[in-house]
Amino acid sequence: MAKFLLLKHYRGAPEALNNVPMDQWTPDEVAAHMQFMEDYAERLQANGEYVEGQALSPEGTFVRYDGEGRPPVTDGPFAETKDLIAGWFAIDVDGYDRALELAGELSAAPAAGGKPLHEWIEVRPFLAAPVTITE
Amino acid sequence: MEESRLRVLTPQVIAVLVRRGADFAAAEDAVQDALLEALRTWPENPPRDPKGWLVTAAWRKFLDAARAESSRRRRELRIDAEPAPGVVGSTDDTLQLYFLCAHPSLSPSSAVALTLRAVGGLTTRQIAAAYLVGEATMAQRISRAKRTVAGVRFDTPGDVATVLRVLYLVFNEGYSGDVDLAAEAIRLTRQLAAAVDHPEVRGLLALMLLHHARRPARIDDGGRLVPLAQQDRGRWDTRAISEGVGILQRALARDRLGEYQAQAAVAALHADAQKAEETDWPQIVQWYDELVRLTGSPVAKLNRAVAVGEADGPRAGLAALAELEASLPRHTAARAYLHEKSGDVEQAARLYTEAALLAPNLAERNHLTLQAARLNAAARHRSG
Repeated sequence: MAKFLLLKHYRGAPEALNNVPMDQWTPDEVAAHMQFMEDYAERLQANGEYVEGQALSPEGTFVRYDGEGRPPVTDGPFAETKDLIAGWFAIDVDGYDRALELAGELSAAPAAGGKPLHEWIEVRPFLAAPVTITE
Repeated sequence: MEESRLRVLTPQVIAVLVRRGADFAAAEDAVQDALLEALRTWPENPPRDPKGWLVTAAWRKFLDAARAESSRRRRELRIDAEPAPGVVGSTDDTLQLYFLCAHPSLSPSSAVALTLRAVGGLTTRQIAAAYLVGEATMAQRISRAKRTVAGVRFDTPGDVATVLRVLYLVFNEGYSGDVDLAAEAIRLTRQLAAAVDHPEVRGLLALMLLHHARRPARIDDGGRLVPLAQQDRGRWDTRAISEGVGILQRALARDRLGEYQAQAAVAALHADAQKAEETDWPQIVQWYDELVRLTGSPVAKLNRAVAVGEADGPRAGLAALAELEASLPRHTAARAYLHEKSGDVEQAARLYTEAALLAPNLAERNHLTLQAARLNAAARHRSG
């Protein structure tokens, strides 16, 4: 098994094809999208591929050490151009192909007009500890 | 089968050991050892006086440990200090444990963890699961907390307000799962109310019961937030409500008002309305006035502004909001709501969208996004 992070972006990723802001959807479309996300997580839980999932607030601040005795340098909230993660799913699957497949499903979450969002999902493998051979 | 009974006895036994002069961390270790022995031997050989048994066993464990690590002289002093065996009182000792666990030298998260462990008798695994962190992380947090209070003595009583704040923190986590922290907080606050006669303890207990009573109606079957006005009041727990109201009335009769009693009074007025429209908003505004006077809390001011909007109309509410910092949590959501009420749908939709981005949790964000979508869809429908 291999772990992957599926990242959803607020900004920074290429734009989704069906790119209508959520507040312009109908209430039913919003509800359908939320239901999809719930079902998706539940399905992964049921088949044992789910590790964890979390949504993130759009607020974010970059912080940097600025020398002894000085307050850290902060930069934020994020400027418009910066990459901004909206949330993630961590999954534990058989391999890269399965991770791509699941990311594809996530990208097809229903959106405005009941059509898929076609959102770009970033797939990042976890770097794991080397496999231990006991013999 | 013994587990829940042991959970109630644990804090009492720790408290006895601490009163006899044991260091808190050592007392806790000794009680844990005694509990293990209890689980091993009680099924075959149940004691007549479980608490007395545990005190004796734990004290012996403590002395063994103390003997092993300290000089003969100190050991003898400790044994000299041992009181004559006999019936041990309980409530006052447990009370001291509350004060120790809420000691001002502890961070709020440490105080919460230590309270659940020492007063609540929960296992580290249960607390970790309730806070959705790993067991090792929670074990670290608890042992750090124990080190922090290691040298603290119990000669002076602590501050009840600090204890209440810790219990309210526990309540507000409220996860359901292996341990329901809201229910656990209510259990502990009941215990505290039995041990100390203080109107604010009753006020907090009433507040928790009244909030808890509405919980089944607050989230729908799809996990979505249901605002107070739309809740199915048939799902409210009427027994908890009447208990909460009764406790609150007796506390208020003492005429020593505090913030928890005032908050409970607001909750009681909501619980009292059969329908949302029957809510006594003018009286709620008065209680928020009291709350603002008592605490000066910006959150109380924000809630007051929303209540003013209900009592005197949305314009009055917006005027009250305008006097507050726009950066307050839920300020934008409150503005959106009052603008919608005043008929300014376009502005309301824009503010709901903005508020959704600021929401502190997913349920709230989803709820606010839906509000925006609802208003925008209605606007499109009207215009064409």
